[in-house]
Amino acid sequence: MNPASDPSPIEVDARGMRCPLPVIRLADAARDAPAGTCIVVLASDPAARYDIPAWCRMREHELAEVTQIPQKSPGTDSPGSRGGSAEGDHPGYFRFVVLVRAQRSKAGGTGSGSEPRSRTR
Amino acid sequence: MLPAARATLMAALDAGWADPRRLYAEGRAARALLDQAREVIADGLGVRPAEVSFLPSGPAALRAGLEGLRYGARRRGARMVATAVEHSAILTTGRYHAAAAQDPTLFAEIPVDRVGRVDLSALEEAVDVPGTVLAAVQCANAEIGTRQPLERAHALCQAREVPLLVDAMACLGRDATPEHFDVMAGDARSWGGPGGLGVLVVPERTRWRRPGPVSEVEHGRTDVEPMVALALAAAEAWRQTEANRVDDSALSWAITGRLRAAAGTLGDVDVVGDPDDRLPHVLTFSLLYVDGESLVIELDRRGFAVGSGSACTSSTLEPSHVLAAMGVLTHGNVRLTLPLGMIAPTLEHDVSRFIAELPGAVAAVRAHLGASDL
Repeated sequence: MNPASDPSPIEVDARGMRCPLPVIRLADAARDAPAGTCIVVLASDPAARYDIPAWCRMREHELAEVTQIPQKSPGTDSPGSRGGSAEGDHPGYFRFVVLVRAQRSKAGGTGSGSEPRSRTR
Repeated sequence: MLPAARATLMAALDAGWADPRRLYAEGRAARALLDQAREVIADGLGVRPAEVSFLPSGPAALRAGLEGLRYGARRRGARMVATAVEHSAILTTGRYHAAAAQDPTLFAEIPVDRVGRVDLSALEEAVDVPGTVLAAVQCANAEIGTRQPLERAHALCQAREVPLLVDAMACLGRDATPEHFDVMAGDARSWGGPGGLGVLVVPERTRWRRPGPVSEVEHGRTDVEPMVALALAAAEAWRQTEANRVDDSALSWAITGRLRAAAGTLGDVDVVGDPDDRLPHVLTFSLLYVDGESLVIELDRRGFAVGSGSACTSSTLEPSHVLAAMGVLTHGNVRLTLPLGMIAPTLEHDVSRFIAELPGAVAAVRAHLGASDL
């Protein structure tokens, strides 16, 4: 599925981190990555499900794939236990595959702010 | 609350304390005052007094509106549809009924586009399903300000004889009063009235039955007697707000325009909602690499009270269902709802100060997260 030029994806494991840390980790990984790099992000924060696609849109990277990984051990999870869960005991998470596009300059006016305006005019 | 509404509330506590159902002089006086308040509000909403009931809150009125439409149509079906950005009073009640009947098809949530406007063709498809007994569409969203196309939504519902339930909590007193609905709910707080008073409008043409035992209270639409003083204060607030609405809307529109422009220059920001077809007094934006909780605290430290739809600011740790349904950034969210000009005479000055301080507050939070140069 991934381009042949991209043999080893970068993995960002942001499980257990709360928003906006998963997006910050992803942005950090993407910062110096050449175009075509594949980044796999794992995140359990419920906001990541919306924010990683939104980040890809704002930064014009491609979100190739989103998969929901159901929780591993249903009996051990309680709704309030997010954040402190141990390795391998995640209450379900999302896996995002992001393809880095050509990097744009980061200084000011990223265009995302004016985007809603230009869309509807 | 408006100062005049507050004064009315205090005076009404003396004049209208009695039980309006009683026949002694004080009771009759309270009844007369309650009728008077009802007439003012009915007149403002363009309906008859008998079509207006006072309930304990806007969400309570909304839920009652839903339950009565559902019960009134129980022989036709039990399926309900609502936009994905409706008030949680609608969404949680709809999901509850579907779950209780163990039939997820009994509640359909209609998607919205990137600015939060309902997909009318999806709504049309949803109300086409036999057994659909109501569609819930808000006049505008309280979080993002985007208006919904009520006229067209009502037309397509009418063509299928599905009643339209309109949540007008965000727009009454701030925007044009909705004309296209079969049941409407509002909250006196939205027009500068007191908390604790919702308004339920059920036009005579609408088939609506309150589930449960027959009640004599408020045209049989609740079993909670309204507090007369609250109704009077709400009526006084309506008078004042309605008299100033055009000017106040223009001022709010200009201020939110300034705020939208200022937010747009922050960099890495999603200014959310329709920029034009929207409420005049609401503004939301989301900032990349900012956590909502820290930003709300940072702004509070600088003397500004803002809301947020970010997950970290909610007790459930779930982001705002409105932002999620729109597919916009949910973290670093700031939500501003401008008070009425009569309540906040220094509004323009405060907003100028906010615009001046916002970039510093955002930079402080981004620096703290080590995200200054991402």
